[in-house]
Formats: sequence, structure tokens, C-alpha cells
Amino acid sequence: MRVKYVLSEVLVGLWRNVTMTIAMIITMAVSLTMLGVSGLVYNKVADMKDLYFENVEVSIFLKPEATEEQRTALEGQLRSDALVRETIYVDKNEAYERFKEMYQDAPDLVNAVKPDQLPESFRLRLVDPEQYRQINDQYSSVEGVDQIVDQSRVLDKIFNLFTAGQNVALVAAIAMAIAALMLVANTIQVAAYSKRREVAVMKLVGASNWFIQAPFVLEAVVAGLIGAVLGLGALVGLKTFLFDGALSSLQGLFSPVSWGEIFLTFPLMAGIGALVSAVTAWVTLRFYLRV
Amino acid sequence: MTKTYPKASRPSLDNVSVSIEKGEFVFFIGPSGSGKSTIIKMLLHEVTPNKGRVVVNNKDVTSLRSWKRPHFRRSIGCVFQDFRLLPNRTAYENVAFALEVIGKTKAVARRVVPEVLELVGLGGKEHRYPHELSGGEQQRVAVARAFVNRPLILLADEPTGNLDPDTSIEIMRLLDRINRTGTTVVMVTHDSNIVNQMRRRVIEIESGRIVRDQARGVYG
Repeated sequence: MRVKYVLSEVLVGLWRNVTMTIAMIITMAVSLTMLGVSGLVYNKVADMKDLYFENVEVSIFLKPEATEEQRTALEGQLRSDALVRETIYVDKNEAYERFKEMYQDAPDLVNAVKPDQLPESFRLRLVDPEQYRQINDQYSSVEGVDQIVDQSRVLDKIFNLFTAGQNVALVAAIAMAIAALMLVANTIQVAAYSKRREVAVMKLVGASNWFIQAPFVLEAVVAGLIGAVLGLGALVGLKTFLFDGALSSLQGLFSPVSWGEIFLTFPLMAGIGALVSAVTAWVTLRFYLRV
Repeated sequence: MTKTYPKASRPSLDNVSVSIEKGEFVFFIGPSGSGKSTIIKMLLHEVTPNKGRVVVNNKDVTSLRSWKRPHFRRSIGCVFQDFRLLPNRTAYENVAFALEVIGKTKAVARRVVPEVLELVGLGGKEHRYPHELSGGEQQRVAVARAFVNRPLILLADEPTGNLDPDTSIEIMRLLDRINRTGTTVVMVTHDSNIVNQMRRRVIEIESGRIVRDQARGVYG
């Protein structure tokens, strides 16, 4: 009977103030969607960093006039460097092979270049790709070194873009969450006011605090959960229409967002939506009903 | 015990000591602001004294934790001047509500509520709404609600304040009948007629002090 009572109170409460309930659910849904997007971007960036940086190389190009001794000395230095995981020596012929491969669509260019014109180089894999700067400082002044090129710097720019997007989503999520929070607090106050007589009687006859609070708190939690479901719907829509639809040509660039990942964000959204609503409602009640 | 409200120049209750035995019927009388209501609030654990102790049913409730308060309240029934009934519920539902919110089943309510409504003289009017009942009948519903849980103590804060003299006397008969079942009745009132007719223990309070405590007293 008590469960039935509480549930019917929840439904009546949500319906009594239906415009406010809808406003609460919409803000909650937008906030949770933003949170979900932010979480997904965060995951993707981490995935892609692993993927890209795994293959990132630092290339040390040698001057054409570099001597055999200089080269061997540098190689020795590199092989004993703790920052370097792997060192590959690329001689002129190999460089030419790579060049041919890279520009196979432009045979004129390939024909115009002789193996001799290409610099020898060392291709390095670093233990930590972020430590490029130290490598640069250490080896740029070594005799025979022409220039040092790091691929990861280009990637960094791309990733900074992603991180910025993620931050925007996160800020939007927080701003909407604050709005949702205030709506929850307001809805609960209105609900508590419209039931003030019942609450007074319940307190008087000794109904337990949880029994008085439960309908209000659950009202907020149900709104939060509906918001999370709508948020999930929004994410599904984003994947279907934006990612798989309009942006599908860019798919080689991103690692794909799977359905599994989309649905895994649901517990996160539902959990946060429900928890934030419940805590807000409970705190509001403590101030408003003093129970 | 002593109670001083914040921002008050003098204590609402100043070193007051009262002992009420089980089964007694006690009137608290005195002018407005004398501290009568503070005593009621202390018994309900709505306020706590700054000094001294409140003991109910041999249990010190002075420092009762707030989460234990609901359970404590179940041993006390309350009736007020303004009835405090739920307007959108019938007499039966008002009484049943008090049972259901403390976890009693509907079956228990179906058994107990008609009984107690009969006791307060509302047999046959169970399904009337408060606005369909007279003031005296509404107060009977309130008494039924306070008594349905068989409390040890019935607190009545000016229960006849809104009623005409004849109806007041009927309500007093009802409280007397409840008192005879062994329930302690503590009543705050301004009604000299009633006090004089009942001839029960009278405790008079003035400016937070007890000025008279008389068995079988009159309003004076």
C-alpha cells in the first residue's frame, strides 16, 4: 500500500505542475546530452591519441655533407637514449623508395628526383611522444643534423580542437545543469506548498521523514530519468543523422563511435540525472519542510 | 525547565517544573503569551528547552534525535483550535490518512476507523467532507484522528476556541470519555466555563511562571 501511495503521489505531483515538469525534463535532457557528448569526445580523443601517437615518428634529417663518423656517433647516441624506444636508419635509397611511394600519383616529380638528392635520416619512435621538445633540444645542435621534424605537433593541433569542443560541451552541460537544478528546486517548492496541509498532518501524526520526502524526491528522480532517456535519444539521433549521415565522409579521420559506446553513456547520464535531482530535491525539502 | 526564544527579552518559560501522571486530565490556563503553547510544543518535541528536561513516558526526550521524532509523535495525539483537517478528504479518509502514513494497512484502517468515528459520535457521517460538517463535527473528526492510534497522551490546544458553548461542552464530554480510557489529556484553554464545569487539575501560567497548580480547580 505504501509503495502504491508513494507512486500515485509521484504521478499526481508530476501532472499537477505539468509545464514546470516539462521545462525541468527538457533542461535536464539538454544538459545530459551535452554531458554525454562531452564524455564521448573525451573517450574518442583518448582512443585516437593512442592510435595516432602509436605511429608517430620524429625524423632527424642529416645534412647532405654529414660524414660517416657523425652519423655513427649520432646513431650510438640515439640508441642509448632512454627517451627513444626505436631508432630506424633510413639511407638515401630507402628514402627514395618512400618518396616514390608517397608521390606515386606524380611520376614527373618522382622522375625529377634522384636518390642522391634525398637526405639520410633517422626515424625515431619515442617512449612518450609528448617528449618531442627534449629530443629537439638535445639533437638539433649535434653536428651533421639538418632539421628535426615531429609529426605529433600537427596532431596536437587537431586534438586541441577536439578538446576545445569537449570543453564547450562540458560548459554547456554545467550551465544547463544549473538551470535544471533551479527548476527542480522550484518544482519541489511548488509541490511542497500545494501539499503543505498533508505534510503538516503527516508530521503531526508521526509519519517518518522518508515517507514524507519520498514522493517529492521520486518526482524529481523520475523527471531526471526521463531527461536521461531523452538525452540518449538525442545522442542516437546525433550518431544516425550527423555522424553516420552528414559527416560520414570524414569517417577515416575519426575512430568510429559505436552503438555500444552510445548506450554505455546512458548509465552515466541516468545516474547523474537521478542523483542530481534527488539531492536537489532532498536539500530543498530540508530547507522548505524542515523534515 | 527554561525556554528562551532567540530575540526574546524574557524567557517564555522560566524555571517551570510540572509533573503529570498517567491518566490525568490537566488544564493549562493563562493569558496569551504566558508560555502555555511552549509547553505543548515541548511535549511535541517541536522546541527543546535551554535548561531542564522533558520526560515523556519515563523517557527523556530532551535530546531526542530529530530522526526519532516521528516515532515519538505516534504516542501523542493532537487537536487544535483550527481542526487541521484535509479539505479534499472525507471524515473517514482524514482519519485513515493518519493511520496509513505511519504504515498501517488499509485493512487495519477499515477495521479501526469506523470504530473510532462511532466513538466520537460521527457514526453515519463517515463519508462527509469537512465543509459538509459543522465546526463541532469537524473537531470530532480531528479528535478521532488524534485518538485512532491510541496515543498515551492527547494534547488539545484550545480545542473549543472556534466553537459555540454548547458544542464546546460536547467536545469536552468527548475528551472526558477519552480520558476515562486511560489516556492522559493535556488541554490548553481560555474557556473559563469549561474549566469551571470540569473541575479537573488546573495549572495557571503567567509570564512563564506557574502561579497556581490546583487539583479540581476553577478558572479563578
